[in-house]
Amino acid sequence: MYPSRFRYEAPRSLDEAIALLHDGGEDAKVLAGGQSLVPLMKLRFASPELIVDINGLPGLAYHRQDPDGTLRVGALCRHADLERSALLAASQPTMAAAAPLIADPLVRNRGTLVGSICHADPQGDWASVATALGAAIVAAGPGGRRTIPVAEFVTGPFQNTLAPDEIAVEAVFPAAQGTRAGGYLKLERRVGDFATVGVAVALETSGSVVTRAGIALTGVGGSTIAATAAEQALAGRELTPPVIEEAAAAAAAAARPKTDHRGSAEYKRHMVATFVTRLLSRAGPDAAAEPGTPGKAA
Amino acid sequence: MTTVYDDLSDAESGDVPVNRIRFSINGKKKIAEVEPRLLLSHLIRRGLGLTGTHMGCDTTNCGACTVLVDGRAVKSCTMLAVQADGHEITTVEGLAGASELHPLQEGFRQEHGLQCGFCTPGMMMAASQLLADNPDPTEEDIRWALSGNLCRCTGYQNIVKSVLWAAEKLRSAG
Repeated sequence: MYPSRFRYEAPRSLDEAIALLHDGGEDAKVLAGGQSLVPLMKLRFASPELIVDINGLPGLAYHRQDPDGTLRVGALCRHADLERSALLAASQPTMAAAAPLIADPLVRNRGTLVGSICHADPQGDWASVATALGAAIVAAGPGGRRTIPVAEFVTGPFQNTLAPDEIAVEAVFPAAQGTRAGGYLKLERRVGDFATVGVAVALETSGSVVTRAGIALTGVGGSTIAATAAEQALAGRELTPPVIEEAAAAAAAAARPKTDHRGSAEYKRHMVATFVTRLLSRAGPDAAAEPGTPGKAA
Repeated sequence: MTTVYDDLSDAESGDVPVNRIRFSINGKKKIAEVEPRLLLSHLIRRGLGLTGTHMGCDTTNCGACTVLVDGRAVKSCTMLAVQADGHEITTVEGLAGASELHPLQEGFRQEHGLQCGFCTPGMMMAASQLLADNPDPTEEDIRWALSGNLCRCTGYQNIVKSVLWAAEKLRSAG
């Protein structure tokens, strides 16, 4: 299979890349990891006339933490970099749990977190993790930079709010006020498949009280779902079994699954509740008593 | 490398975009003129005649086309050939020396790590990144590293054994 014919540019500076996109307009597309875009082009679901390959841009392959605890992930940071990151393992349990579950090792060597969020596949894992953590995308365009919360950035299946001449250069994950807990669980038919159901839980706790809760769902709706009612059920409370049950029920109610070859809508909704319960139980005071689970990723 | 662009419409015929790239493959430096839509897997197989890299699914699922790009295992059907510019590619043909097999190749022979052999080059390339990163992998490490490579003969047990065999051989060789 071949993509349809296109022109290819590999700019060496961000300004040059933005200028190329500006001239290309709606017919231009940014290529980073290419693990979603290239397959779409081969299937002719996407037929851009101009590809602006940003892999040669300097200084975008990082992920680092600011002194205040804010985590920044550059547009060329690969999934594999995050999977092997000591920084994430030590400070970002939800991201550390998700990174090894993205696609397969070969895709993780090339694909990027920022690209995955931009692609906005309802079954993409990073958009849920970013939503649960309250992350934002930094977009660079001819007029400068702007920061867009991921919850507003993703507007629907495969849709985001980038202008045609903007490039998402960074994802920003805000610092935690309390102690971080949480994780990511994904049901997939085999390694590398898209999520049948995915659940991201990102908690901040103070003592035994949850001070902030982020819960987002993958693959059970037209786009990433922020389970706000479930988040509200946890805020300011301790992770007791009744509280966990309430949050799990609220998250399941927020899901909008469809029956397909990966499972029935009912099954998927049930799995949302199961995953929320599992993740919250691991984060709660009884975590050590739960057998057979890896516990908190940190 | 000679490239033929066929089935061109009149409008296109004067205007096919072509990019000149420099890259190395299995240690040899090359220059090629490629149309941007040419996939890396096609450059390797058709352009360079290195048919050890197999095309299985052509849809980023199976891993048969795995090659190393700057030491990282990637699916060559999901990368544009033009993106190889300035990079080092290693295919299965680059594993063996002039006179002897690479320990991975020897391991697949010793442990019967292949049946039909179609997935084997991809398995070996994914395994070669693993062994470069982790010379003493557990069985679990190997299964994890090869989880993007499908074998439809269901030969996974012996594939894992083959990689363990190669790891031990490489370690004992120091």
